[in-house]
Amino acid sequence: MRGIVALLLLALLGGGARADEVTRGRYLATVGDCIACHTAPGGAPFAGGRPIATPFGTLRSANITPDRASGIGGWSDAAFDRALRAGIAPGGKYLYPACPFPYFTRARGEDIAAIHAYLRSLAPVGNPVQTDALPFPFDIRALMRGWDAAFFRPGVWHDDPAQDAAWNRGGYLVEGLGHCGACHTAKNAFGADETRRALQGGLLQGWWAPGLTPAPRTGLAGWSIDGLVAYLRTGSGGGQLASGPMAEVVERSTSHLSDTDLRAMAVYLLARPARTEVAVRPAPTPLAGEAIYLDRCAACHGRAGEGTAGLFPALRGSAVVQAPRPQTLIRVVLEGGRAAATDAAPTGAAMPGFASLLDNDEIAAVLAYIRNSWGNASAPPRPAQVERMRGSPG
Amino acid sequence: MTRRLAPTDAVIIGFGWTGMIMAEALTAAGLRVVAIERGPMRDTAQSFPPATAPDELRYAIRGDMLLPTAEETITFRNHLDQHALPVRKWGSFLPGSGVGGSGVHWNGHTWRLRPEDFALRSATIARYGRHFIPPDMTIQDWPVSYAELEPFYDGFEYLCGTSGQAGNLRGAIQPGGNPFEGPRARGYPTPPLTMPYGPTLFAEAAAGMGYHPFPLPTGNLSQPYTNPHGVVLGQCSYCGFCERFGCGNYAKASPQTTLLPVLTRRPALSLRTGCEVLRIVTDSTGKRATGVVYVDDKGEEWEQPAELVLLCAFMLDNVRLLLLSGIGAPYEPRAGTGVVGRNYAYQTVSAVQLFFEDKIFNPFIGAGGLGMVVDDFNGDSFDHGPAGFIGGAWLTQLASNGRPILARPTPPGTPRWGAAWKAATAHYYNRSLGLVASGSSSSHRGAFLDLDPGYTDRHGRPLMRMTFDFHPNDLRMSEYVTDRLAGIGRAMGPSRMAVFKRHAPYDIRPYQTTHVVGGAAMGAHPETSVVNRYLQSWDVSNLFVLGGSAFPQNSSYNPTGTIGALALWAASAITGHYLRAPGPLA
Repeated sequence: MRGIVALLLLALLGGGARADEVTRGRYLATVGDCIACHTAPGGAPFAGGRPIATPFGTLRSANITPDRASGIGGWSDAAFDRALRAGIAPGGKYLYPACPFPYFTRARGEDIAAIHAYLRSLAPVGNPVQTDALPFPFDIRALMRGWDAAFFRPGVWHDDPAQDAAWNRGGYLVEGLGHCGACHTAKNAFGADETRRALQGGLLQGWWAPGLTPAPRTGLAGWSIDGLVAYLRTGSGGGQLASGPMAEVVERSTSHLSDTDLRAMAVYLLARPARTEVAVRPAPTPLAGEAIYLDRCAACHGRAGEGTAGLFPALRGSAVVQAPRPQTLIRVVLEGGRAAATDAAPTGAAMPGFASLLDNDEIAAVLAYIRNSWGNASAPPRPAQVERMRGSPG
Repeated sequence: MTRRLAPTDAVIIGFGWTGMIMAEALTAAGLRVVAIERGPMRDTAQSFPPATAPDELRYAIRGDMLLPTAEETITFRNHLDQHALPVRKWGSFLPGSGVGGSGVHWNGHTWRLRPEDFALRSATIARYGRHFIPPDMTIQDWPVSYAELEPFYDGFEYLCGTSGQAGNLRGAIQPGGNPFEGPRARGYPTPPLTMPYGPTLFAEAAAGMGYHPFPLPTGNLSQPYTNPHGVVLGQCSYCGFCERFGCGNYAKASPQTTLLPVLTRRPALSLRTGCEVLRIVTDSTGKRATGVVYVDDKGEEWEQPAELVLLCAFMLDNVRLLLLSGIGAPYEPRAGTGVVGRNYAYQTVSAVQLFFEDKIFNPFIGAGGLGMVVDDFNGDSFDHGPAGFIGGAWLTQLASNGRPILARPTPPGTPRWGAAWKAATAHYYNRSLGLVASGSSSSHRGAFLDLDPGYTDRHGRPLMRMTFDFHPNDLRMSEYVTDRLAGIGRAMGPSRMAVFKRHAPYDIRPYQTTHVVGGAAMGAHPETSVVNRYLQSWDVSNLFVLGGSAFPQNSSYNPTGTIGALALWAASAITGHYLRAPGPLA
């Protein structure tokens, strides 16, 4: 009898520990924002099939529910760990870096195991996905072996004893599961991070993800830790609003993270060395640019580009506005955009697209004005750049 | 064939101000709610972005925000013995359609009634005697007091971020506000708009005559505001495209800019647009609503069973759905019996137009509620005895717009076309001001709503029939206040002045005001009202009827503030009392 009680207790304790691991794994999967790529529009969560455009063709994300036939139900903890941290799935199948294993390799083994425990706790969804959809020669996954040799630096994150706990936690999240650099670091011709320009901004799928170093014009120099935490938690902070792909990151990932972790990420980002900016003097802008701005933009963004906190982003001092490459800016003017909506900041205001209202010269002129007013300074876009974005933003 | 859907806790008919206020309160209380909206989804960014919102032809002339009369209209007559004809183009008033309802295209005026307005009948009798009330006048006291509604007025103003200047803070009269208003617990959430020249000139003239000018309280926001739900509204740009338009700048309080972002995040709410409720279904006793039957945009009929039914449509549709559903006794004007359709009321609006040679007003600087107001000839502020009427008006110079098509003032005698008209309209566009008297409307026997015996809608249901003319009392009131308005106008020093008094018969074609009210009045007695003090149907206790239909008569003030306050008041009664013990609350 006593033995049975002990066994029962053990099972209960074990179950409790297991439940804890699932809860922890769910949180860590949220840090990694797995759901974003692994859910097709309108599809079951984690059942895969979302098309992911890359410079090499369009991929489809895998089904990572525990369905044995079409998901990862047959994977062991070790296999899961190897896929996420070494980029090699069962059967020796090399992963493309669209799945950010070059970042996940920084995560600790117990965290990867917790994510696996969480994914195994989900209901299996049968959804076979053809993940090998790239055109020749990129469909040859063995090519990834060479890519890995050239660009992949495996290895877990090591805390820096010279830094405090917040910085180290922040670094662990930013460089690891958070995979911020997947968008915010420029890529070379092979789609690998240009590590010397880590987190200095990058172009992905027709969006310029702004720099996350504390650089004055093209980074986070004007940001406080509180502002950055508010931005990540609510989508609104520092006079800016998350929109485009970052809106999705905030809505699905960062808005669900603990304040401690968000603060740690902010501490880490603001403590990194700033990108060295080439000195730029404000370029002269055509008078038409100011006229168009007053007519079309000023009602929301303000006469001095100051914006409205929580509603319309400030253009003055914005890293997106002064980005070395104006793709995001042009794209938002053409297509419009919608701010992230979260429980804490539900407004989710949107900007209309101006593609049918302004021609290429007018958009170039107004962007030249915005990029060179109120202390902003950056190269005026050319009308031909606007024309190209009209054709295929991605 | 009508297909039956899975039951829900509550069904809301109409998704404008009152529907969204109810949806917010009921989902917060844990109920599953289905909202059924006849018109389309409307969202600021997609439906009226700043790039296309200020389109006068589309919205002001062609009425793109309004209920299409091809889908539903009313028939109208002035008197009981006339044959009513269908309205084919909205004119005198402009019912909205779609998510947000008329709250999308309103001007933004956010008034409270005065304390004495709630006791109109008893206060009139007390001060002037029983015989002061004409025998055919059916005005009655509200079953709720100003003091009871005050926290809910406050709630609505803080939901909206209303811009204004308090005139009475907990009994202390405040400089620059309306000294005649009821006491408020706190000031407005945002300060008044910045006044341009026209309202400033009006206020100076009025103050010089001993009146008490103050800025109109409005939902066009003077500064950015975050409401208690965390929704952010922007700052008004004074573009002058409010009434008849959606605001592309998130700067006008509307259901979209105050509640919709929160409601779209509530999984307990299911919104069905393009779906028109045909009738409220009751059980065999007729005492209990079991849900609604609606037709979707493909013409399919559905029954949505629900424990609780909230009738939150435009007031005309509220009354019509009650009549079509056989709930409550229809009003019989000859016998004076019945209640549904009784006490329809309007407002009595008149104007004075001023023309100047030496002043420039830049009327394109405008906002729906950008005006200075004088409230000295309203409520109980003056002795009605010698004047010989009940009611009053607020007087204003409202810099609402200088839109190019409709804002073309020319002095009387100017030709209607040709070179002389062109010269006059070019000259006076910038040199003219309009003053308005917004007057009350007393309910009376000859003003009511019923079902038309002949005309039907696209579903074969009888149209609503409106019978209305101005009561002689209201015309006397209007005459009196228009003379006072002209007095202020003269003091402003125009070179010419035109006075537009209101006359009978009521003409339903030219625009006057969208403040149509009544027909499902709230009251203390089932013999003279449709709903009790909590807007609960006397006949069907799980049915609540929200909106302007509950007004027993109309004050001079724009009704939205009171409609919002009553919705919050009713929501509080439902979540605080009704849900714990369903049944009659009064």
